[in-house]
Amino acid sequence: MMKKFPRLVAIDGDAVVKEALRRIEQPSRRMFLQRSLTLGGLSLLTGCAIVDEDSVEHALMKVSRFNDKVQGWLFDPKQLAPTYPESMITRPFPFNAYYGEDEIRKVDADSYRLEITGMVTDKHAWTLPELRALPQTNQVTRHICVEGWSAIGKWGGVNFASFLSRVGADTSAKYIGFKCADDYYTSIDMPTALHPQTLLTLSYDGQPLPPRYGFPMKLRMPTKLGYKNPKHINAIFVTNTYPGGYWEDQGYNWFGGS
Amino acid sequence: MEVAVIDSTLTIHPVWLRATHWLNALAVVIMTMSGWRIYNASPLFDFKFAKAITLGGWLGGAIQWHFAAMWLLAANGLVYLLCNVGTGRIVRKFFPLSPRAIVADLLAAFRGQLSHADLRQYNAMQRASYLFVIADAVLLVLSGLVLWKSVQFPLLRELLGGYEAARLVHFFAMAAMVAFVMVHLAMTALVPRTLLAMIRGR
Repeated sequence: MMKKFPRLVAIDGDAVVKEALRRIEQPSRRMFLQRSLTLGGLSLLTGCAIVDEDSVEHALMKVSRFNDKVQGWLFDPKQLAPTYPESMITRPFPFNAYYGEDEIRKVDADSYRLEITGMVTDKHAWTLPELRALPQTNQVTRHICVEGWSAIGKWGGVNFASFLSRVGADTSAKYIGFKCADDYYTSIDMPTALHPQTLLTLSYDGQPLPPRYGFPMKLRMPTKLGYKNPKHINAIFVTNTYPGGYWEDQGYNWFGGS
Repeated sequence: MEVAVIDSTLTIHPVWLRATHWLNALAVVIMTMSGWRIYNASPLFDFKFAKAITLGGWLGGAIQWHFAAMWLLAANGLVYLLCNVGTGRIVRKFFPLSPRAIVADLLAAFRGQLSHADLRQYNAMQRASYLFVIADAVLLVLSGLVLWKSVQFPLLRELLGGYEAARLVHFFAMAAMVAFVMVHLAMTALVPRTLLAMIRGR
C-alpha cells in the first residue's frame, strides 16, 4: 500500500479527473438507455448493436429458440433439396470460413482419425482409407450462406444415415455434435442427420476434398445453411446434451435450416 | 365546407384497424432496417445501406430482429386481413375501383386538386395504393418464406423462380414498400387530420 501511494501522486492529474468523470457518467448513461427503451423509443434501435441491451438480446434469443422449434416442426424428413446438372456448378466455388484463406488448416491424411463417441455402440476411430472404402454417392446441390449468397457444388461421400447405423448410433438422441481441426464446432438435430441428402463428405467435384473445402472430411447438408456444414471434422458425438456451435453461441440461429 | 357537415363523433377507423395499423408500422420499420443490415452482408447490387439506418449491429443480430419481427408482421397482418374481410370493410372502402378512376385521381393529384375532405371515403388513388401495399406485404412474406425455408416450400420456391430469384423479388418488394411509406408519410403531412384519425379514430 505504502509503495503504491507515491506512484498515484505521480499520475497525471487531468487523467484522474477524466477517469472519475467517466465513471460518474456511466450509470446515468445507462439509465438514459434504459429509459429510452421503456419509452419504446425506436431511436434506440438505430444502428445499435443488440449487445448494448441485455434484456432485448435475451428476448431475441428466446424467439430464436422458438424459431428452432418451428423449424424442427416444419422439417419434412422426406422433402429433398433440389439437385442440378453439373453444368450449373458455380466455378470457382467460393471459400468461406470464420478465418481467411491464408489460415486454412492442413490435416495430415495418414495420421487422421475420425473419433466417434457418445451414444453409439461402435466407438472405434476411423482412418481415411476406412471411410473411403464405404459405399459412396454424389450430389449436386445448392449451398446457401446465412449472408444470403448461394452457390452450386458437387459433393461426394457416405450417406450419413447409413454411417450412423453402421456405428450403432442411438437415433432417439436429440443432437449430433461435431468438433473440427480448425477449432470450429457445431451440432445438428437427429432428423436432419438422418435426411437422405445428408452426406459424410470426402470429395468435391470428383476429387478428394481439397483443404479449402474441408479436407479430409466435412458434413454436407443441403437442408441447412452453410455455417451448419462443418469442415475438417475430427470428432462426431451423439448426445442429448445441447452442444451449441461456434456461430450459434454468438447468436446465429441453431437450427439454421433451409 | 364539406368538413363542417361531417359528424365529428363518428368513428372513421375502428379500433382493430388502428391497432393493426400501428403494430404493422412497427413491424415494417424493424423488418426493413434489419433487412438492410442482412442485405449488407452480401449485397445484390453495387451499394450498401448506411450502417446508421440499419438495425442489429451485425449480421447475427439483424437476423434475430428480422426473424422475431416476422411473427409480428405475419400475425398482425393476418388479424388485419381477417377483420377487414370479416367486417366487409374491404369491400365498402376499396371498391368499386376502376382504372379510369385511378387515372382521373392521378391527374387531379398532379394538378393539386385531389380531394380527401371526407376521411371516411378513400379516393381511387388511396384505394389502389392501399390494395397495392397489402399485396406487396403478402409478396414480402411469401418471398421471405422461400429465403428462410427454400427446401421446405418447394411449390412457393418454384413459383418465384428459385432461391436466387426469390432474393430479387424480396428486395424489390421491399423497395416498393419503402416507396409506399414515403408517399404515405408525405400525404399524411399534407392532410394532418388523417394522422389524428388514425390515432383517436375520428
